[in-house]
Amino acid sequence: MLRGPNEKQGNYTPAMANDNAEEKAPEQMQEVLPRGGKRSKPEWADGLRQLYDNVLDEPLPDSFADLLSKLDDAGQ
Amino acid sequence: MTDPAALKAFRGERPNRETTSFKREMTAVIPHLRAFARGLCGRPDLADDLVQETLLKAWAAQERFEPGTSMRAWTFVILRNAYLTDMRRNRFRGEYDETVAERTLTAPADQEGPLHLSDMHRALMTLPPERREALLLVGAGGFSYEEAADICGCAVGTIKSRVGRARATLSRMIENGEMPRRGKGAETAAHASIMRDLDHVSTGGTLK
Repeated sequence: MLRGPNEKQGNYTPAMANDNAEEKAPEQMQEVLPRGGKRSKPEWADGLRQLYDNVLDEPLPDSFADLLSKLDDAGQ
Repeated sequence: MTDPAALKAFRGERPNRETTSFKREMTAVIPHLRAFARGLCGRPDLADDLVQETLLKAWAAQERFEPGTSMRAWTFVILRNAYLTDMRRNRFRGEYDETVAERTLTAPADQEGPLHLSDMHRALMTLPPERREALLLVGAGGFSYEEAADICGCAVGTIKSRVGRARATLSRMIENGEMPRRGKGAETAAHASIMRDLDHVSTGGTLK
């Protein structure tokens, strides 16, 4: 369980927070990291990536091949 | 008599090596452009239109691309500019199609968690566009805050703030069960929110 600074007994110092990942301040825990970050992520973070990755995995519609071939014809 | 090959080369009809390389790189990022566009505008068909528009613009501007830099970042800038222009012309207003989104977003059974992807998508679409794109770039596209800031033309701190706010909103909606309902209500709310922000920006305001 997470414990906020206010729930700890005694004086809380930032240095103590570095000793133990469980004692990170809430705002640090909530930081969204770029992909591959190892700190805890909200449960929906994977869903967000999956939305994106699902599109990456789709075959390209033919309209894109058509467009690309027209670029060839333009002879740039 | 003129050598036909030389004449052809002179007219620029034969693709040179740089052009071939540009085209190959541009082709390689199309899936990423489609994924980003779909996250921005919600509808797969409109997203693909946006990507095609982006490809034409990128092709026309290819001399401004610096070889060795990120093609994905460069084309994302073009895509987001095209999107913002279209948004201001109201092209995307009220055109979110629940049925299309639902069909597209069904997750394979073995990947389906407690959170349905269509719920995730709906929640994403309720975010103001500037926060949604920041979250897409960093949380889905895998860009660093610095790269996302370059793409959006804003400060790194602004991107962090937008991502943080987007994340807080999604967490509240999803973890507290405050999901937008399926049907017209959610899109109306999303579009109202988007249009409010755009009005704000167009009158000189900024989004944090």
